[in-house]
Amino acid sequence: MDKARAPGVRAGRLSGEEIARNFTDLHPPLDAHEALVEADRCYFCYDAPCVKACPTEIDIPLFIRQIQTADVVGAGETILQQNIMGGACARVCPTETLCEEACVRNLAEDKPVAIGLLQRHATDRLMEEDRQVFERAAPTGRRIAVVGAGPAGLACAHRLAVHGHEVTVFEARPKSGGLNEYGIAAYKLPDNFAQREVEYILEIGGIEVRHGQRLGHEITLEQLRKDYDGVFLGMGLGSTNSLGVAGESLEGVHDAVDTIAELRQSPDLTGFPIGRRVVVIGGGMTAIDIAVQARRLGADEVTLVYRRGREQMKASRYEQELAQTNGVRIVTWAVPTEVLGDGGRATAVRFDHVVAEDGRLVSTGESFEVAADQVFKAIGQTFVAAGLGEAGLKLDGGRIAVGAGRCTSLPDVWAGGDCIAGGQDLTVAAVEDGKQAAESIHRTLGAAAAA
Amino acid sequence: MVDIRNDFLGIKSPNPFWLASAPPTDRIVNVTRAFKAGWGGVVWKTLGEDPPIVNVNGPRYGAIHGADRRLIGFNNIELISDRTLQENLREIKQVKRDWPDRAVVVSLMVPCEEASWKAVLPLVEETGADGIELNFGCPHGMSERGMGSAVGQVPEYVEMVARWCKQNTRMPVIVKLTPNITDVRFAARAAKRGGADAVSLINTVNSIMGVDLDAMAPSPHTDGKGTHGGYCGPAVKPIALHMVADIARDPETAGLPISAIGGITTWKDAAEFMALGAGNVQVCTAAMTYGFKIVEEMKAGLAHWMESKGYERLEDFIGKAVPNVTDWQFLNLNYVAKARIDQDLCIKCGRCHIVCEDTSHQAITATKNGERWFEVQDDECVGCNLCVSVCPVENCITMEQLTEGVDPRTGRPIDPTYANWTTHPNNPMSKAAE
Repeated sequence: MDKARAPGVRAGRLSGEEIARNFTDLHPPLDAHEALVEADRCYFCYDAPCVKACPTEIDIPLFIRQIQTADVVGAGETILQQNIMGGACARVCPTETLCEEACVRNLAEDKPVAIGLLQRHATDRLMEEDRQVFERAAPTGRRIAVVGAGPAGLACAHRLAVHGHEVTVFEARPKSGGLNEYGIAAYKLPDNFAQREVEYILEIGGIEVRHGQRLGHEITLEQLRKDYDGVFLGMGLGSTNSLGVAGESLEGVHDAVDTIAELRQSPDLTGFPIGRRVVVIGGGMTAIDIAVQARRLGADEVTLVYRRGREQMKASRYEQELAQTNGVRIVTWAVPTEVLGDGGRATAVRFDHVVAEDGRLVSTGESFEVAADQVFKAIGQTFVAAGLGEAGLKLDGGRIAVGAGRCTSLPDVWAGGDCIAGGQDLTVAAVEDGKQAAESIHRTLGAAAAA
Repeated sequence: MVDIRNDFLGIKSPNPFWLASAPPTDRIVNVTRAFKAGWGGVVWKTLGEDPPIVNVNGPRYGAIHGADRRLIGFNNIELISDRTLQENLREIKQVKRDWPDRAVVVSLMVPCEEASWKAVLPLVEETGADGIELNFGCPHGMSERGMGSAVGQVPEYVEMVARWCKQNTRMPVIVKLTPNITDVRFAARAAKRGGADAVSLINTVNSIMGVDLDAMAPSPHTDGKGTHGGYCGPAVKPIALHMVADIARDPETAGLPISAIGGITTWKDAAEFMALGAGNVQVCTAAMTYGFKIVEEMKAGLAHWMESKGYERLEDFIGKAVPNVTDWQFLNLNYVAKARIDQDLCIKCGRCHIVCEDTSHQAITATKNGERWFEVQDDECVGCNLCVSVCPVENCITMEQLTEGVDPRTGRPIDPTYANWTTHPNNPMSKAAE
């Protein structure tokens, strides 16, 4: 039998070469000449809209001009000054809804400057040459605890280290990088990029990362506040939402984030099992990431089902089309009512067609089934506040409430990334949170010292 | 029907596109390929006295590129023909016999002595060539030996050599002028006084293309040393247009036939030179960049444009723009124009705003009600055209004449009468200082 169409959940649907091809860079890097040609398309706008659209406010026209004038290292410096994870952001940012959406070239010709690829070109060079952009200030003797070694925590730790503070990062997982390491589709960050970037960031010095440290378990907020001059919380979201339908505990039903993490940590994807028929439930980036990766592992049929329409999907139009060109079928306006099984294994998902009435989804009374060896739930994640203890940290909509400078309701605690209210679930936004919090912490400690 | 046949000094060619005296016309194989491709004529690469010169064996050419390696400017340090006179003359004779309907003009550069010119002219005449072009232009190498631009820079020499040639041959004489001179009219007038039938211009411009910052030497360089070469290609076209126009409208040289050279790359470039008075054009860099096939675009494009304008023959538009080239002092100071930004075309890059704000007259807004909005403030706009020049969108910003009312910048009513520097009441220096 054709291996690709073999029933059930199994590894080895594709050859090693096919897997390698499917999980290499989604967008290959620009070579030097391509970068020059693309850089030449930038108009060097006044008060450029792309800069405003970037959460970290990278001076995009300036770095592109630096590429154009053969100062690629200078371009990299311009980027990292604003965003220490400029390398990861160049690869994972949904630029089509950020800088590239704002590019004035869209108005002229519907084709923005490829800012993300140019940013990668510059940051790659900087990292290849292993050049640090920042010099660490003289030690201040101040110690800050950072919870979470994801983009928010690392960005915060880095900026604090730049200012001369001593930083200890507490990370629950065995590796640093957060979602860059565990949560993003493999073809967006191949070649162990997340770890290489973490190493580059830690080279500044003054940062110690301790793994296996979960808030509310090995460490507590109460103790951190006692032991350190300030605390930054950047631990992301703790749990995934459930469907709340019968059959959810059948074998073959997974949280997409768990599977993506396993996939990212798998040393050899030819050994990674995937179903012949796969159903993904959800409409965000995680849904797209698992659906596309399922196809790229060799799943024969992948159906992504979202309860509302294409317009309401959190995944950008570009991501939706990426899924479609990878052969993912997208079904909208349908909600799951039951996962059907046989012998304890999932075999299909039953959905109701729905319509929106006054904003609420109402079943049309018509249902359908999609056969499935595997079902991936990707309907969002929730912040778990339990780990915060009894410190009295104020929440807003279930996440940590922050004010200017990402300060929380506690004077010595700051927070950023996905765990804060208004968090955008974006690497680049998390980096900005960490950076802003670090500056705020630095100012606060400076003011305290002066008093 | 459009007819693009060319008659220049009685030299007939099927179109006005000649290849200039340069590497593309160095030998029979190249010229034959050019004629097969459809070129109307050639000016054969400059012949000198025997023994022939020796060229460098390192780089002869240098280039300035745009971001996608589009060639914008070009330079060379190649000397005149490095083959014997006899070889060249034999090939010229052969080509003229093979291609009787094409123009074959021979470029010459011999020492500045009458005997040298007297000796070479009958040899050229014998080939059946249609005319000669005196190379008084090349700025590199030969000029260090008293030839090329060393002659072209001294009007008395230009006149003298032109006269020798006219006295010693029946062939039409074209004098090729160097732009490496303060005022090209002096050389053109001298050529005319010497009896030249026409001038051709421009030859190349003295130039160093760049500096190799690793080798700390001009680029390109030969064994670590570089020298100035002749600049040409699209970048020099404006310089050439100006010099052609100056000769076309100078009372002493008006009507002297001109063969235009200088960055001609497309039919449109050719049409512009001819509108400024050139009887035909010569091309080199464009052919050296793309090959001979470009002449197809040139011929078709020129014919289509002529057809769209109702011109039947080249003479119908040659020189038509000359009366509109004038001196600054005759520009109408009562003409008032303001920039206008087409908001539907504007892509909101803000370049017009920032250049006006930083470097000109602070006449363009950046925002309106908190949104990006670029609009010209008539009370500050002097109509300088800078915004038009830097706008990346064609026709988005245009200059519009104010024909009535008051100029909000000066507060003065628009005066429909013509008044130039010499007559305008506001000008305290209506008489130029001599």
